[in-house]
Amino acid sequence: MNQVISVNQLGKDYATAAGTFVALKSVSLTIAQGEFVAIMGPSGSGKSTFMNLLGCLDYPTRGSYALDGVGVATLSSDALAALRNRVIGFVFQGFNLLPRLNARENVALPMLYKGASSAERARRADEMLVKVGLAGLGDRRPNQLSGGQQQRVAIARALCNAPRLILADEPTGNLDSHTSDEVMNLFTELNNTGITIVLVTHEPDIARYAKRLVRFKDGEMIYDGDPAGGLI
Amino acid sequence: MNPIAMLAESWRAIIANRMRSFLTMLGMIIGVAAVVLMLAVGQGAQSAIDETISAMGSNLFIVLSGATTSGGQRMGLGTAPTLKMADAAAIADLPNIEAAAPVQPGTATTVYAGNNWSTSITGVTPDYLRVRNWSMATGFAFTDADVRGAARVALLGKTVVDNLFGDENPIGKTIRIKQSPFTVVGVLESKGQSLDGRDQDDVVIVPVTTAQRKLFGSQFPGSVKFIMVQATSAEAMPAVEKEMNVLLRARHRIADDADADFTVRNLSAMAEASASATRIMSYVLGAIASISLIVGGIGIMNIMLVSVTERTREIGIRIAIGARHRDILLQFLLEAITISLIGCLIGVGLGVGGAWAVQKLAGFPVLVTPDIVLLAFSVAAGVGIFFGFYPARRAALMNPIDALRYQ
Repeated sequence: MNQVISVNQLGKDYATAAGTFVALKSVSLTIAQGEFVAIMGPSGSGKSTFMNLLGCLDYPTRGSYALDGVGVATLSSDALAALRNRVIGFVFQGFNLLPRLNARENVALPMLYKGASSAERARRADEMLVKVGLAGLGDRRPNQLSGGQQQRVAIARALCNAPRLILADEPTGNLDSHTSDEVMNLFTELNNTGITIVLVTHEPDIARYAKRLVRFKDGEMIYDGDPAGGLI
Repeated sequence: MNPIAMLAESWRAIIANRMRSFLTMLGMIIGVAAVVLMLAVGQGAQSAIDETISAMGSNLFIVLSGATTSGGQRMGLGTAPTLKMADAAAIADLPNIEAAAPVQPGTATTVYAGNNWSTSITGVTPDYLRVRNWSMATGFAFTDADVRGAARVALLGKTVVDNLFGDENPIGKTIRIKQSPFTVVGVLESKGQSLDGRDQDDVVIVPVTTAQRKLFGSQFPGSVKFIMVQATSAEAMPAVEKEMNVLLRARHRIADDADADFTVRNLSAMAEASASATRIMSYVLGAIASISLIVGGIGIMNIMLVSVTERTREIGIRIAIGARHRDILLQFLLEAITISLIGCLIGVGLGVGGAWAVQKLAGFPVLVTPDIVLLAFSVAAGVGIFFGFYPARRAALMNPIDALRYQ
């Protein structure tokens, strides 16, 4: 099966005033095309560090990581930016939309860095808004949308460059349970079309939507398997 | 990322903060307007001086005769009749001399019909007009033959024509100078004011011999007040000055240790001095004005730094979704350059308008040349790049993880 993420003995240290802090000890993991993985763990468990490494936003201290078959350790930051732009769609807990842009412009933003024409950007952005159930709301600014709608805009933005992988960092953290379910159903739909999804959450109810659960504790992976088994 | 899309992004950010962008621009507007205005005033003064100098004639010397002493009172240069027509002829034979024109000036009242006008009467040879670079507006100059024959012919300056004739054509008419009739053969081209503010058109020019014998009779026939000398080039002027001194001392039989009975002055050097004073003034004005341009640039840097800090999260998002360093750098740099160029455009408009107002209201000569506008534009673009680069670089080098976490 096609490996989207292939991580081998990946580790990350941070230099602090008190000395070296080992955020991630040594994690090995592969995630195949089409998987839906939930990552859980208490704060300080290394799950955020792991997500940052998966998202190519940070360089590992040791170990190797191949994203979509490309080893990232030796890539320049510009090459990493291009890789993120092409392969990954990000969804954040705080939505992270640009307040002065309308929904369509927010969705189109990643295409800007791909070099798409403005007509192409607008057309594709509207298409993505339809896909996440926000048809006709392209002209609204983020502050004119509800939290759930804002997160849908963020998901549309993550989708616009047709990524193979969506990395979602607590995507339902700022949403009520009803809206959370809607967003999770959207993720499930996207997963059914073949997009690989990795999401961080601390809510067991959310993790149940995933097909595979990974738990972190103290910088180590302590569980990797069926969600039902890890959520006792 | 294509440049037009990037420009659109920058423009959106400028528009999103209209008031702040405008106030930032204001620094540039004032700076550029001040530079354009000051340079225009400087250039105006410069070109006025240059015009006056070229009206005076180039590479000029004036040789003045010495002073008399009358009853213990020394009378000043030009009062002793030491310079002769023959001295002028001898100077003209020196190398590197374009022309040497003897001049015998005086003042007299001129009369035509019912009008009279007191003016200066200058007795010269035709060479004088050549040396002064003076041409005729209408009619013809008198000739060497007129000088030899001490003919009663006159050339009138524009001011004299206006006062004696009004709208009438003076050519061929007879005027009276000190009761003697003179035929007007030509009208001189207007020269305007001299460096010291004299009206150079308030003059009647007659043959030098006529002035000596028929107007300002003296007990020293053949003497002249001064001689105008034109050298062939500016480079030849020091040598010419030395040779004239040697020649005249020999002709006047002056011992090596005695004071000369004449004075040679380099008029062009004096004119050049006042021209360079004006030039320095215009540089100083420009330099002072450009300080405000730098202050405007610092204003841009200040606001861009605030803007980068405020938009830390936005920068983090952009980097995460695929913006490269240079995309972020260019976005913020373009913002700074756009602000400074728009400010510059408005500033040039205000500066040119201000220059026009100064000319209209204060009567100052101003001159806006394309050079000034080009200079203001390139300096403003430079200021935008220079002061925009540091904040833009700071944005580009942000760590996306920290930037995304920024509240």
